[in-house]
Amino acid sequence: MYPPYMEESVRKVEATRQRRLKERLPRLSDEEKTALVQKYHPDFIKQSMRELLLGPNKGERTPNELADLLEGNSRVDPDKIDLGKIDYDVDVLVIGGGGAGASAALLAEENCAKVLLVTKLRLGDANTVGAQAGTQAADRPNDSPAIHYLDTMGGGHFTNIPELVEALVKDGPSAIKWLEQLGVNWDKEADGSMHELSGGGASRRRLHSARDYTGLEEMRVLRDEMKNRRIDYLEFSAAIELVLDDSGQAAGAILVNLETNEVILVRAKTVVLATGGIGRLHIQSYPTTNHYGATADGLVLAYRVGAKLIFIDTMQYHPTGAAHPVQILGQLVTEKVRTLEAQLVNKDGEQFIMPLEPRDVVASAIIRECQEHHNGIETPTGQVGVWLDSPMIDIIRGEGTIARELPAMVRQFRRFNIDIAKEPMLVYPTLHYQNGGVKIDANGATTVPGLFVAGEVSGGVHGRNRLIGNSTLDLFVFGRRAGKAAAQYAKEVKLGALTLDHVQRWQRELEQAGLAKVRPVSPLLLPDYARRMPDYLSDYSKQAVSVGQVKLA
Amino acid sequence: MAEATRMVDIYIMGRHYQVPEGLTILTALEHCGYRLIRGCGCRAGFCGACATVYNFKNDPQLRFDLACQKTIEQDMYLVQIPFFPAATASYNLERLKPTGEQVLALYPELVTCFGCNTCTKTCPQELEVMWYISDALRGDIREVGNKSFDCVMCGLCAARCPQGLAPHNIALLCRRLRGRYLAPRSKHLDDRIAEIEAGKFDAELEELERMDEAGLRRRYAERDIEPA
Repeated sequence: MYPPYMEESVRKVEATRQRRLKERLPRLSDEEKTALVQKYHPDFIKQSMRELLLGPNKGERTPNELADLLEGNSRVDPDKIDLGKIDYDVDVLVIGGGGAGASAALLAEENCAKVLLVTKLRLGDANTVGAQAGTQAADRPNDSPAIHYLDTMGGGHFTNIPELVEALVKDGPSAIKWLEQLGVNWDKEADGSMHELSGGGASRRRLHSARDYTGLEEMRVLRDEMKNRRIDYLEFSAAIELVLDDSGQAAGAILVNLETNEVILVRAKTVVLATGGIGRLHIQSYPTTNHYGATADGLVLAYRVGAKLIFIDTMQYHPTGAAHPVQILGQLVTEKVRTLEAQLVNKDGEQFIMPLEPRDVVASAIIRECQEHHNGIETPTGQVGVWLDSPMIDIIRGEGTIARELPAMVRQFRRFNIDIAKEPMLVYPTLHYQNGGVKIDANGATTVPGLFVAGEVSGGVHGRNRLIGNSTLDLFVFGRRAGKAAAQYAKEVKLGALTLDHVQRWQRELEQAGLAKVRPVSPLLLPDYARRMPDYLSDYSKQAVSVGQVKLA
Repeated sequence: MAEATRMVDIYIMGRHYQVPEGLTILTALEHCGYRLIRGCGCRAGFCGACATVYNFKNDPQLRFDLACQKTIEQDMYLVQIPFFPAATASYNLERLKPTGEQVLALYPELVTCFGCNTCTKTCPQELEVMWYISDALRGDIREVGNKSFDCVMCGLCAARCPQGLAPHNIALLCRRLRGRYLAPRSKHLDDRIAEIEAGKFDAELEELERMDEAGLRRRYAERDIEPA
């Protein structure tokens, strides 16, 4: 049920449905896509980014919100940390408890490493569980890794790093098999063949799904497997600085127990960074599909030890975030809805874009339709959006398809008395994914010896725009590769004395650049949504910062 | 002038607050000044971190939901569920058999279920928890997987079970058994893995990797597209 004035628009959507069942909008040409994206995509709003003044990417542009954190002050005073007091001594430290981190931990353990995984929320609280539509892998007879390669490069505007895409597409089928051996339930036909759907920018049906709970199913299994193998993990323990040894190799991390402020020192022969994304920075004030902890911590940690970042000037805005009701504003409406042939239409029920173009193209088209053509629908709370005409799915594919394929979406909208089998959903782009990140090679190795990176925090696999289903694939392909490579590296490396000199150097540079007082502390760790009460505190009271200087706020 | 926002009375751990209508339990807590560390995860109904219990001022009946998905209502009494340990079996999936006996061996307390249905009434995903527990007792592992598939593992069912069962963990075991042993094999997947290992696609991939951008753009524009 929508408010009456919105219901009027829904009637128009219904009225055009029969005609639209046959109406196929053409795909845009290369030039048309480029022009659309450059005019309307949020990445191209000039004042939303600035040049970095310090660090390995000095002179390169990135969103203001991320720039502030990359140039942030350390939470640690190196003089107050006793590097002789080691709390955990391991071969491989994995930072991050999502799909990439868990995969890395499992593979490191299989390769005989002593592993510790640390995460700032619970194991599995990650963007992985929100991934709905599926995981790409080219395993059908009419498909091939080469076609998957071409789709991925095209989606990324041909900027992706070739060797990373090669690893992604070649490891795809074996990653799917690995997950099945661990007990993941893939949607299948009765004869055992995978039930695969297509997606935006893909030229073959290659999305492996578990209803619309794909990421949740993958994470439930990986988490359970980690527990069964008794791999150690610490929850609510956020990494706030990486530790190096005196020859500049990654050698562990400083953590803080978020509930007690206790500081924890981990020494590790090698570190796998798998901290995920950035959505909770709300770039350009966009709402986000991301989980509570997606605050770019890994980028900050890596940057401070000198790792090079790439493609940090491009974010992915998922075309279809919920625009109504306000309770679920910005939450993901899976691309699977369009994969199942729902169309995007404006307030008059007219299509304006081929629904399965790559995400940046579709998002740009929706923004144009609302902001320039003024053909969007405004909600009672002032959000604007277009219709995603879900009832078409059951009309085209038979009654019950929505209930079977999209139980999470049905459930989410049913709470607000909207039956998505009968009525469309109102959508608008929402901040979804960090296309770039820490530069890696095909084994997740970075420019810093001993530091491996996997998953969303890495950059290069997806170029300037990621395709549907390539993110979860990235987690398992590069999580496994990084875990294995880290375990092997740990066997050979000899660590020297631990040091936080890089933090001291960083703070000196910040001071010299006159930035120390104007930049925030970072990593951010968690967003702050608590409404602030009027400030009554005296200056004395504010000076009383606890030991280790790691207070959250 | 915009209409004034209607305010709703709620009670957090018994203390009275007024918040604008339309918030979820999670955003209402934040509106009142709480900064959450525990009890908050994906904020979208998938992770189960924000399992919550509430009732109403003049209605002591307990209700259960996910704080990020449930809209506040007048006179709600709110608490967040603290962490509590639930029975979890430890196993090596490779050494298990996909049978009811196996599930019973790992979770013998299954037989103590007396069918009170509290688990079903508690589930924020509205799953038929008691019925899948009864499927597990009968050894119908496929059906446990089917009925429990949309479980976000919040653990509210285990928190309320008078017999100390952890239905969400029992279901996880059954789903893993189903995916590993009972699902029909995908021959095309095994074939493709063998082809990749034999190097069947290496030459074509190498050619694409060496191709300049103009060449790649041409190949991309020319590729045939299978219907969705």
